[in-house]
Amino acid sequence: MTDQTTDTRMDATRPRASAAHKSSGLLGLTGKDLGLFIIVALLTILAPFILNPFPEGSALAQFNGGYPDLMQRFVIFGIFAIGFNILFGLTGYLSFGHAAFLGVGSYAAIWMMKLLTLNVIPAIIMSIVFAGIFALVVGYISLRRSGIYFSILTLAFAQMSYALAYSVLTPITGGETGLQLKATDTPLLSNLGPTEIGRANFFGVDMRASYEMAIGDWLFTFNAGYYIAAVFMLLSFYLAIRLFRSPFGMMLRAVKSNQQRMNYTGLNSRPYTLAAFVISGMYAGLAGGLMVAMDTQVGPERMFWTASGEVVLMTILGGAGTLIGPVLGAGMIKYMENIVSKINDGILHQWFAFMPDGIEDFLVFVIHPFIGKGWHLTLGLLFMLVVIFLPGGLVEGGQRIASVFRRKETKTSTVEKSAAEQQQHSE
Amino acid sequence: MGILEVKNVGKRFGGLQALGDVNLSVKENTCHAIIGPNGAGKSTLLNCLIGKLIPDTGSVMFDGQSVLGRKPHEINQMGISRVFQTPEIFGDLSVFENVMIPCFAKRDGSFRMHAYESCDAETDIIAKAEAMLDEVNMLEKRNVVASSLSRGDKRRLEMAMCLSQKPKLLLLDEPTAGMARADTNNTIDLLKTIKAKGELTMCIIEHDMHVVFSLADRITVLAQGTPLVEDTPENIKGHPKVREAYLGEAEV
Repeated sequence: MTDQTTDTRMDATRPRASAAHKSSGLLGLTGKDLGLFIIVALLTILAPFILNPFPEGSALAQFNGGYPDLMQRFVIFGIFAIGFNILFGLTGYLSFGHAAFLGVGSYAAIWMMKLLTLNVIPAIIMSIVFAGIFALVVGYISLRRSGIYFSILTLAFAQMSYALAYSVLTPITGGETGLQLKATDTPLLSNLGPTEIGRANFFGVDMRASYEMAIGDWLFTFNAGYYIAAVFMLLSFYLAIRLFRSPFGMMLRAVKSNQQRMNYTGLNSRPYTLAAFVISGMYAGLAGGLMVAMDTQVGPERMFWTASGEVVLMTILGGAGTLIGPVLGAGMIKYMENIVSKINDGILHQWFAFMPDGIEDFLVFVIHPFIGKGWHLTLGLLFMLVVIFLPGGLVEGGQRIASVFRRKETKTSTVEKSAAEQQQHSE
Repeated sequence: MGILEVKNVGKRFGGLQALGDVNLSVKENTCHAIIGPNGAGKSTLLNCLIGKLIPDTGSVMFDGQSVLGRKPHEINQMGISRVFQTPEIFGDLSVFENVMIPCFAKRDGSFRMHAYESCDAETDIIAKAEAMLDEVNMLEKRNVVASSLSRGDKRRLEMAMCLSQKPKLLLLDEPTAGMARADTNNTIDLLKTIKAKGELTMCIIEHDMHVVFSLADRITVLAQGTPLVEDTPENIKGHPKVREAYLGEAEV
């Protein structure tokens, strides 16, 4: 018994092994990062199954999120939020104009499709390039200020872009109606019939092509567009992990922590913040390009300030500065936007049909403002709850739950230890 | 010619003449202390040396080059590091990361785009940072978040950050302010070992005379923005002007 106590004590005082000396594992990721990446990859690949847990025709089928349109949104807004998090989560610079880069990427992509080829790859490359150049200009000017002034400058740029796309730049942007592929478009490298409207493809694979698999009452849809977007998302996520663990990522966190010390340590914080801004702008451009690749249309409302605000919400809701947080936040918001908004009073009446009439009507009356068009209210409440009780976002929520379980384990072990000590004293 | 030559430097804040006409020459590999009562312009002088403030008149030459008009990060890259009066560290980062950053700045210059390499692969930086933390006895705290350190530890960390850059000139602004006696003595010992190596010049502002007299080779007494007298510690102790202006009110 005595031996056992000294053993545990030695364990407790033994210094923690340094984490820095691990050899590089698979893909240059180690430990937790590799695990996280594999989990995200599996979830993305199996999403058509995971998001469709309820059989077709059942009362709960409306909670199924496994249809192509929504799954594409999950990964595309995931990319948008991952990129935004590189700027906001690491450097602390809160941009309120990232939708502008999304929009620029979208316009660049649709023009590539109209003029050059209906293959999505050149369109996506151009969307990244154009968004990157635009981000360089906006970032160079906006990063002269920090804090609220930086946010206002980026907001001003985004609203300017929106207004220009809406009015003066109509020849390029299509104004209010936006741009879409038309029968009159004749891309250079695609052979279209005279009245045929082009469809986006990936080396011949139609982006809208889907394979449906029915197992019993369940119906799973595997969509080409989704999987192409998912590959881009996984690539973006992988590069973001590498960036987070790189010296560059450390410098960005140093910017957030103490920019003055950074400058007096011989580091120029300007190019670091500008690089982060351009990278996150390119992520937004990629997201914009992918949107066009999925539905081959774009309008100026994509650059409106609410779209910029949405990505801020996603990042904060999921957990700014964490790797997985932005993706979770994007998924959460897009799920609510598409699923909660679908629920109407009729469905509620169905759910509560088993209750007495008066109570049923009352419950429907109470829940009514939170569903359908009122989904923003639910989102707003959720956002407030997260910000007040979980400042680290959904990720912090997960960590707290995990730590509760861990505490239980350590508690039992300390109880054993003190019991053993007491016994030792009595001897 | 000293490594640091301050000539006729003046700085005015509105109606207040913070620095009158300061001349200062610091010889290489010595420790030069600047003392003086509160408001004498000591911190203002240091701020002029690191580019935080630009003096209205005069010149500041370091290692044969002018410091004026350069940005703080450029001045640091010339070889001047500063320990601040209130510790300036990266509070959100771990102790180890705090020391790695200046090591990167020393090796890679003021900017380098290394977004794909892993920090864990930078073995030379890791080895340097470990050696530096060991030197200040903080290796066991390497994974602690810097903002949760005690004030004394924050100062030691900041000192380690500055020293890891192997600066030619180390500016110390009240390095022992608010420290317990034992911590102060540790700091003195640390600075003495560094000084004994003879690899860097130190310029120290300090109110604690025990620290000043155990480290300084020369002392400049500053009062109301102008140097009153500059001499060796022995002569300063007995100087009547100094006693009147400064030491008379403090115990030596």
